[in-house]
Amino acid sequence: MSAAEAPDLAPWLRAAMAAAVFACDPPGTGGVVLRARAGPVRERWLALLTGLLPTDCPLRRIPPRIADDRLLGGLDLAATLRSGRPVVERGVLADVDSGVLLVPMAERIERGLAARLAATMDTGRLVVQREGVQIDTPVRFGIVALDEGDDADERAPAALADRAALWVDLDGLRHDATDAAAALWTRDDVVAAARRVAGMRDDDTRALEALCTAAAALGIASLRAPLLALRVARIAAALDGREQVADDDVTLAAQLVLAPRATRMPVTEPPPDESADDEPPPDDTPPDDDTAADDTPPESAEAPGDTPPEPPPEPPPEPPPEDADDTTPPDLDDPALQRELEERVLEAAAAALPPALLAALGAGRPPPGAGGGGRAGGTQQGGRRGRPAGTRRGTPDRNARLNVVETLRAAAPWQPLRRRQRAAAGESAGERRVEVRVEDFRVTRYRQPAETVTIFVVDASGSSALNRLAEAKGAIELLLADCYVRRDQVALVAFRGTDAELLLPPTRSLVRAKRSLAGLPGGGGTPLAAGIDAAAKLADDVRRRGATPLVVVLTDGQANIARDGRPGRRQAGEDALDAARRVAIAGHAALLIDTSPRRRGEARAVADAMRARFLQLPRADAGTLSRAVQAAAPV
Amino acid sequence: MAATFPFSAIVAQDEMKRAILICATDASIGGVLVFGDRGTGKSTAVRALAALLPKMAAVRDCPYNCEPARAAGLCAACTGDRASRTRQVPVPVVDLPLGATEDRVVGALDLERALTQGEKAFEPGLLARAHRGFLYIDEVNLLEDHLVDLLLDVAASGENVVEREGLSVRHPARFVLIGSGNPEEGELRPQLLDRFGLSVEVTTPSDLPTRMEVIRRRDAYERDPEAFIARWKSRDGRLRRQLVAARARLADVEVPDATLELAARLCMALGTDGLRGELTLIRAARAWAALEGDTRVDAAHLRTVAPSALRHRLRRDPLDDAGSSVRVERAVAEILAA
Repeated sequence: MSAAEAPDLAPWLRAAMAAAVFACDPPGTGGVVLRARAGPVRERWLALLTGLLPTDCPLRRIPPRIADDRLLGGLDLAATLRSGRPVVERGVLADVDSGVLLVPMAERIERGLAARLAATMDTGRLVVQREGVQIDTPVRFGIVALDEGDDADERAPAALADRAALWVDLDGLRHDATDAAAALWTRDDVVAAARRVAGMRDDDTRALEALCTAAAALGIASLRAPLLALRVARIAAALDGREQVADDDVTLAAQLVLAPRATRMPVTEPPPDESADDEPPPDDTPPDDDTAADDTPPESAEAPGDTPPEPPPEPPPEPPPEDADDTTPPDLDDPALQRELEERVLEAAAAALPPALLAALGAGRPPPGAGGGGRAGGTQQGGRRGRPAGTRRGTPDRNARLNVVETLRAAAPWQPLRRRQRAAAGESAGERRVEVRVEDFRVTRYRQPAETVTIFVVDASGSSALNRLAEAKGAIELLLADCYVRRDQVALVAFRGTDAELLLPPTRSLVRAKRSLAGLPGGGGTPLAAGIDAAAKLADDVRRRGATPLVVVLTDGQANIARDGRPGRRQAGEDALDAARRVAIAGHAALLIDTSPRRRGEARAVADAMRARFLQLPRADAGTLSRAVQAAAPV
Repeated sequence: MAATFPFSAIVAQDEMKRAILICATDASIGGVLVFGDRGTGKSTAVRALAALLPKMAAVRDCPYNCEPARAAGLCAACTGDRASRTRQVPVPVVDLPLGATEDRVVGALDLERALTQGEKAFEPGLLARAHRGFLYIDEVNLLEDHLVDLLLDVAASGENVVEREGLSVRHPARFVLIGSGNPEEGELRPQLLDRFGLSVEVTTPSDLPTRMEVIRRRDAYERDPEAFIARWKSRDGRLRRQLVAARARLADVEVPDATLELAARLCMALGTDGLRGELTLIRAARAWAALEGDTRVDAAHLRTVAPSALRHRLRRDPLDDAGSSVRVERAVAEILAA
C-alpha cells in the first residue's frame, strides 16, 4: 500500500471508510451525502463504492427532475392508448429494493421529491395511488446524494441529509490524494460484515451514551444523528471482524456521522476547567488528538501543509495489538472508563470537523447548513402551479397535467377517419370507443406569479451612528412584517468595516431574519460599494432562480471605504456610484432609504445612480415605508 | 398493513401525544398543528396513530368508506340499500405528500377510462381516502397556499365539491387535519394558523437519559420491528381502550358554568379573536376530561389544554418568535390559579 506518499490522506480515508460502511447496509445507514463537484475524485469514490457493493445490490441513478410516474410508477399513457388496456409502468423505486439510489444534483432537487424519498425511506414501503394505479410494496434503499453545491447555502435538502448517516466532503481534495485505500476492503469483507451486523446483540449502552453525549456537545439537535452513528459503530466493528462494538468503532462513528453535522465547537459541560476546547482555533489544526490517533484512523490531516505531519503507520481497519484487551474490558460500568470514552469520542469528532465549519465558527457566524437547506427547491418553478391559463399541445409529464377534455375535443374530429384506417389495416376496434393518439394530447398551462425576494442591505457602519442603526432595524422590522403578509422571501446583507456580508440567504423564516438582524453589530467604516455589489450579486442569483429580486438599501450614503478595502472618501464615493449604476443596468428594482439625520446629497446621488426610489427615514413611518416598498416592487 | 412504531413507545413529547389523542377523541376540535425541529418524532407519532385507532365499520365497496350508521353523511352511491353491507376497515391516516397537485388531492377525471372508453368517471383523490380519518401534511408550511386553503375549507365544511374537467361531484370528506412543520423553513399565514384546533411546539429533548432512551427504542424497533411491536402491544392496547372509552364518555362529560366562565375570562385576558378559541378550549378540555376518565371539566383540565388550544390564536407580532407560549402560561397562572 503506497499510502505514505499521498498528501491529505485522512479525508480520503474517511471517505473510503464511509463507502465501506455504507456498502454494508445501505438502507440501515440511510445514505451518503457526497459533497463534491463532478470530477475524477468523485468518480473514483463512486467506483470504490460500486466495487464494494454486493453484486446483487441494485444501483439506480435518477435524473434530477424525475417525473412521478418514473420514480414511483404509474400509468403508461402511450402504451395504454396503443393497447386499449391500462398498462402500468414500474417506477425506479420499485426496482431499487435493498439497493442504492443515486440522486444527482441533490442541492437542486425539489423539496417534493426529497419529501417523497424521505417518506419512502421512513416507512420502508412504496405506496402509489395515482391514475388508477395502486402499488404497495416494501422497498428499502439507501441514497447517495451527489451534492454539487457551490456555497454554504446550496446543499442537499435537509429532509434527505438528516436521514443519511454519512456526509462525505470531497471538495478540494486532490486527485492524487485518492491513490491509497482503494483495496482496504473487498466486496467479500463487506458481505461478511453485513452478515455479522445482523447477528450482533444490541447491548452497547456505553457506545450509545458516548455518542449521545458527543452529539449534544457538538450542538446536533436531530436524534437521528446519534442513532445512525450507533449503527455505523456496529458496522465498523463488523468490518473489523468483531461482534462487539469497541471504543475505536465509536470514535470512528463520531468522525463519520457526528463531526460533519456539528454546529458548534464541542463544549463539554460538566468540567468547566477543561478550557482547551473553548478556544476554537479558527482555521488551524483542530485540538490535538494524540490519544485518538494511536489506534484510530489518522484524522489530523486538516493540517494546512501539503504533507501530513506523519503518514499513517498502518491501515486503519487492522486493530492494534492491544485491542484484544480493549474488547473485553474488565469493568464496563466503570464511570471513569465511560468518561474517558466520551472524551475520546469528542476529541475524535472535533478532529474531523470540516474546515469550513471551523472557519465559520471562528468568524462567529452560524455554521453552514444549520438552517433549512435545499433552498433551490423552494423557488424552482414547475409548470403545474398557479392559476390555469389555457391549454397547449404537449405530452403530459411531471410539469404538465393532461387536460382530458381538451384532448378528447382534439381527438373528436378524427374519429371516423381513424376508425376507417384501423378497419383498413384489418384491426378490430375492439372495446375502444374513442381513438386517442399521442398527437391529440393537450396539457394545461399555468401562470404563476413570480415570487419576490426582498434583499435588505443594511449600513451598519459607525457613520450611520448607533441610534440610526436602531432606527434602520426598526424600519426593516416593519418591512419584514409586510413581507410576511405578502409571503415574500427576505435576505439580509450588512456592510461595515471593510466588507459586506450576507447575513441571511433568502428565506421565508422571519424568525431567522429577526434573529440575524438583532445580532447585527455596528461600527467601523462604510464600504457602501461592497454592500451594493453583494446585494447585486445576490439579486442576480435570485433572478437566475426564477424569482424577482427587490433591493432595499438603508444607508446614509457616507461611503468612505473603496472597493479595494482602502479608506478614502472620494474613491469610495465613486465606487459606490459605480456599484449603484450596475444595479440600474442589471435592471433590479430598488429602494434607497436615507438614514442620515440631515438631508445631504450623497444618498440621493446613489439612489439616482441606482434608479431607485428614494425615501428619507426621519419622515418615514410604517405606512410610508410599506407604501414605498410596494411602489418599488416590480409587479 | 405496514409495521409502524408503537404510539405508546414514543418517549416524552407529552403535549404532542396529548393533542393527538384529544383530536382522535373529538374530531370536531379541528386538528393539530405540530411545529418543531427535525427528528422529534412528529411523523412517527402521526403514523403510529393509525395503528392505535380501533377499526371502524364502513359500507362495503364504497370509495369513501361511508359510515353505515349515519344516514345523513352517506355519499350519493350509498344512499340506496348498499349501506346494509358493511365491513371493518382501519381508520385511514393519509399522508399528503409535498408536491401533490390539486387534482390528486380533490380527485379528478379518471384518465384511463376517459381516454380509452370516452367515459366521464370520477377518480377520488386523497380527500376521499381521508374521509372519517386523518390527513397528515408534513411540512405544511411548504405546501402551496392554494392547497392549504382548499384543505382547510374542506376540513371545515366536511364536504369535497369538485367542479373541474366537466365533472361535478360532491362527496363527504370529514377528516382531522394534522399538520407539521419546521419554523426555520418559513411560517404559516396567521389566517391558517387559527383554523387548526390545537397547536403544539415540539423540541428535541435536551437531557441525556431521554435522548438515549429515544435512540435505544428506535434502534430496537428498527432491528426487529415485530418483536418491538409485540413488546409494546399491551400498552398500545391500553391506550386504545382509553380512547374508545373516552369517545363513549364524551357526550356525558359535563361542563359546569364555572368552567365556562373561566375559559371565557382566559380568552378575554389573552385577547383571542372570535369565539373559536373559547369553543376549542372547552371542547379540548372536555375531550381531555373524557380521556382522563372524569365526568366534569374543571380548571385543571383547562390548564392542561390551554397552551395547545390558544397559543396560535393570539394577536401577535409575526416577528415575535417565542412570546405566545409564555403569554398563555402567564394568563393561565393568573386566572386559573387554584
